[in-house]
Amino acid sequence: MGGAGKPATEEDAALRWAYRTMQTIRCFEERLHADFAAGKVPSSVHLYAGQEASATGICAHLGEQDYFHITHRAHGPAIARGADLKAIAQEIWLRAGGLCSGKGGSPHLHDARLKLVGANGGVGSGAALACGSALATRHRGDGGVVVCLLGDGAINQGVVAESFNLAAVWSLPVVFAFENNGYAEATGTAYAIAGNDIAARGAAVGMPIARVDGADYFAVHATAGEAIARARAGGGPSLVEMQVPRFFGHYEGDAQKYRAAGEVAELRRSRDCLVAFRERVLGAGLLTAAELAGIDAKIAAEVDEAFSTAAAAAPPAAAALLSDVYAGRI
Amino acid sequence: MSIKSYRAAIREALEQEMLRDPDVILIGEDLAGGAGGGGEDDAWGGPMAVTKGLLGKFGRQRVLDTPVSEAAFMGAAVGAAAAGLRPVAELMFCDFIGVCCDQIVNQAAKYRYTFGGQDRLPLTVRTTMGAGQQLGSQHSQVLVGLFTSFAGLKVVVPSTPYDAKGLLATAIRDDDPVIFCEHRLLYRMREEVPDGSYTIPFGEARIVEEGGDVTIVALSRMVHVAAEAVHALRAEGIHCTLIDPRTTVPLDTDTIFDSVEATGRLVIVDEAGPRCGMASDIAAIVAEELFSALRAPIRRVTPPCVPVPAAPNLEKLYLPDAARVMAVVRELVQR
Ligand SMILES: Cc1ncc(C[n+]2csc(CCOP(=O)(O)OP(=O)(O)O)c2C)c(N)n1
Ligand SMILES: [Mg+2]
Repeated sequence: MGGAGKPATEEDAALRWAYRTMQTIRCFEERLHADFAAGKVPSSVHLYAGQEASATGICAHLGEQDYFHITHRAHGPAIARGADLKAIAQEIWLRAGGLCSGKGGSPHLHDARLKLVGANGGVGSGAALACGSALATRHRGDGGVVVCLLGDGAINQGVVAESFNLAAVWSLPVVFAFENNGYAEATGTAYAIAGNDIAARGAAVGMPIARVDGADYFAVHATAGEAIARARAGGGPSLVEMQVPRFFGHYEGDAQKYRAAGEVAELRRSRDCLVAFRERVLGAGLLTAAELAGIDAKIAAEVDEAFSTAAAAAPPAAAALLSDVYAGRI
Repeated sequence: MSIKSYRAAIREALEQEMLRDPDVILIGEDLAGGAGGGGEDDAWGGPMAVTKGLLGKFGRQRVLDTPVSEAAFMGAAVGAAAAGLRPVAELMFCDFIGVCCDQIVNQAAKYRYTFGGQDRLPLTVRTTMGAGQQLGSQHSQVLVGLFTSFAGLKVVVPSTPYDAKGLLATAIRDDDPVIFCEHRLLYRMREEVPDGSYTIPFGEARIVEEGGDVTIVALSRMVHVAAEAVHALRAEGIHCTLIDPRTTVPLDTDTIFDSVEATGRLVIVDEAGPRCGMASDIAAIVAEELFSALRAPIRRVTPPCVPVPAAPNLEKLYLPDAARVMAVVRELVQR
């Protein structure tokens, strides 16, 4: 693939995967935004548009044995980890066929089979659980690593500081990957984070830290790759801070008055990871415009299908109310 | 008097108490919103828009937005209360008690007792609760029974705008730590509420309906569910007394006892699960005291013992509704 007539290489495949993943997330979230505004989405949603390069650049390095812990801003990371698009959509629509059988909803996407863990409703709580996943994979000796996504808001939770220390004390194979989108709900990082430096807090426990432009897929890919490789090689925890733009509100329905006028338009103009990616791969002749357009069209159809499937799908059966509370009988 | 929503009534109580006492301060996440951003201040006015406008009136000295750090700001509120302020801290969802349980349970609740009564702890924790918005297991619980179980806390569960305003004023003026539980599905409920400041004493139940056949005790939003059942049952010739305790600590047992003595039948409607909750608690208190007055077993109408599901059809099945209350009452009067 790649340029006309060139044989497919692993690198081509990886690039196409990255583009397809980011574009799928974007298309999914833009479409969800429109459907939400039209009153078609039956639950509360936090959209990931703008942040695609971060989950995608990370997941490019994750294999079967690796864990990926995610937050309430869950759709994009779940897509990047390879969760089924229809099952994600059905969970958002709270249907029986959803990833969590309709019991969790948008902020709780989870796919145990993929080691996609937890989308967590408690800000910061995932940091500690990620230490546990790391303990388990190291105990088994299966070479697994753990990446824990966290928002900028989470850096101020006590459990996150405790988890940094624990991960360092036990030298756990975990990467704390912060998506700094500038806000926790309506409050800006410049107010909420004293020193306004997330990475520095990781440095305090002696972890290697890195700061990267989270709107640049290639930068995320390289930086996250280094931290993940270090963890895999037994080098212990690291922290990666990614500066990412958030294109929509904290949740759908958020009037976003706390943002400067024109802020989002400017972010879309100057910090769109998909625009940057297209420019780079086209400029270097790695992929062609026709190929990208083909991918885009295919994705639009897939997202359409996932949404129409979800809208038409059956809700959970009444008996589901009482199931799944315990693994065994009680 | 004017028509006010539950949300506006709570806001008015906060404002009037802040005007009345300069030591009343508000602490919580996005109470104003907009700090550190390039846009407007007071952009949210609280996650549920309850505190909207208070920043403009009282400034950031008294309306303190916090980082997402419940343990730290709740602990700071406890410390500030012990040091003489009258903080009102907001825990956005009561489910997040998990993050700051130590500060509320081990610190605030026991502060006075542990130190031999030397201190007052005039802390109010406002929090929100309840299912019905498809928010799932970590944002829908009712934990009133849990709060009630910790000696040292007072617990308020207003079911109407009028009660919310008067009880919040009482909570803020109280010298003990109070957990004030707002039901999110009630924020839009509207009724006549006095414009001026007033208080409602803790430990005085409200008798919502009177009838001689069955006593129903219900809390928070369940008061409205039970009221719907009571009205419908009246058409069937069954007459119930409906009691809203309004506070679970202190609990107005006298009003409940008086009614159960007259009816001999008790149903408790609660939005928390059946184990170790307010329904079990009130049932036990009544059974111990009035066993011989009972003409039928005490019945609890609660959700099942499961976390709150997100899917709307499951959530509807989870929540007690008027039909379930009616079925239980009918069974009791047949005995
Ligand atoms: C323990 C806890 N406190 C508060 C909240 C409410 N809440 C939900 S999302 C959020 C902001 C999180 O900000 P950040 O970590 O930056 O993630 P982002 O939403 O920007 O992706 C808050 C405060 C919560 N879910 N859990
Ligand atoms: Mg953020």
